[in-house]
Amino acid sequence: MSVIHLTAPMSKEDLAALSCGDNVLLSGVIYTARDAAHARLCAALDARETLPVDLVGQTVFYAGPTPAMPGMPIGAIGPTTSVRMDAYTPALLTYGIHAMIGKGQRGEEVREAIRKQGAVYFAAIGGCAAYMAACVTDCQVVAYEDLGTESIKRLVVKDLPLTVAIDARGNDYYRLGMHMYASSM
Amino acid sequence: MNDVRTLHVEEITACVARLCIKANTLLPAPMLGLLQNACVEEPYDPAKETLCLICENARIARERNLPICQDTGMAVVYMDIGQDVHLVGGSLEAAVQAGVAKGYQEGYLRKSVVADPIRRDNTGDNTPAVLHVRLVEGDRVKLTVAPKGFGSENMSRLAMLMPSDGLSGVIDFVVETARLAGANPCPPMVLGVGLGGTFERVAELAKEALCLEREGPHPDPFYGALEEELLERINALGIGPQGFGGQTTALRVRILASPTHIAGLPVAVNMGCHVTRHAQEIL
Repeated sequence: MSVIHLTAPMSKEDLAALSCGDNVLLSGVIYTARDAAHARLCAALDARETLPVDLVGQTVFYAGPTPAMPGMPIGAIGPTTSVRMDAYTPALLTYGIHAMIGKGQRGEEVREAIRKQGAVYFAAIGGCAAYMAACVTDCQVVAYEDLGTESIKRLVVKDLPLTVAIDARGNDYYRLGMHMYASSM
Repeated sequence: MNDVRTLHVEEITACVARLCIKANTLLPAPMLGLLQNACVEEPYDPAKETLCLICENARIARERNLPICQDTGMAVVYMDIGQDVHLVGGSLEAAVQAGVAKGYQEGYLRKSVVADPIRRDNTGDNTPAVLHVRLVEGDRVKLTVAPKGFGSENMSRLAMLMPSDGLSGVIDFVVETARLAGANPCPPMVLGVGLGGTFERVAELAKEALCLEREGPHPDPFYGALEEELLERINALGIGPQGFGGQTTALRVRILASPTHIAGLPVAVNMGCHVTRHAQEIL
């Protein structure tokens, strides 16, 4: 199967060229944020405060890594279940994030917000965190350090393997993939 | 009268710490075997590729001493304590919690526990673990550490069915639990099914079923056939590895049944991911 090489941050034009089911190897800069960081980011947006890190145009990775062993940039890292971020996602898309990386289905409201903003939701394979650790070349905490694993981290990644789960037109591979399997049998 | 064996709780602390690290980095051989087998049997190419990467991940974790999954779980600790053992040197509960803190610190494992479900401050050392103590015959202590990730834990369900719901009610509930879970629990999933007992007991049975060290089929052929039927029905859902379609939706279904009340048919499904893990030692 062919693989598309992309560099983050990605423009809306980069994202528009993707279709659900595409396999992507992502390199460049992405930011981790999961449950607790999302709650804080959205509280800041509600209060019309400036966010502690500029995420406009960026890619958010729903992930909380394990601590790095000595001499390593990061520990094990992989996606957490995305649906827990659904309550916050439309607000962050309106704010200006361009892409998300997680695992599992999203709600209808999020799919619609992705379509409206021309954003993309990527899926990474859950539970392959030792493999993905080798895709991260640098990791710096940039906000909410007190949250430990849930702090916002700036990652530099090289060839992180992803699948386009919801494309910029709102097509959902969690629906389509199962249909494709069923019709192939 | 049997001699009483003395065991210092420091040995328990050290053992729990070792087991936390081992469980998180070394996928149990039966799980790895099921994954490798699925990798061969899976007919749908995209699903096959995912399964191969999952097997590769387990290899890297083992060789580099890295956690298999970044969610190194909330630790569930089972202790089967022989009634001829006298524990000395301090509190057993404190010794177990100290072992979890030590294991998660020294093993570079993630601290994923918050002190309160609403206020949500991280405890910073992954304690407290959930501790289940059982008294058994003999003078040994069997320790099992089962780190439980919450991607799968969150997709678990429990129902108090009616006796008239019967076998078909149980099958429908278990299969529906897998369908509702979809891609979220990191399929291929592993299901621990508890049947009978009371409200709290059935949930414990489901969790114990996830950690059963059992080679071969269920000792009761009735439940052996039910385990097979459930596995077949769940794999027919077509969810596949990571939820993008495929034959391999579940790797294993294990059932533990227990006596229950004339009015009840409790059923619980504890959902496990493809990194369902535990480690065990006997002291």
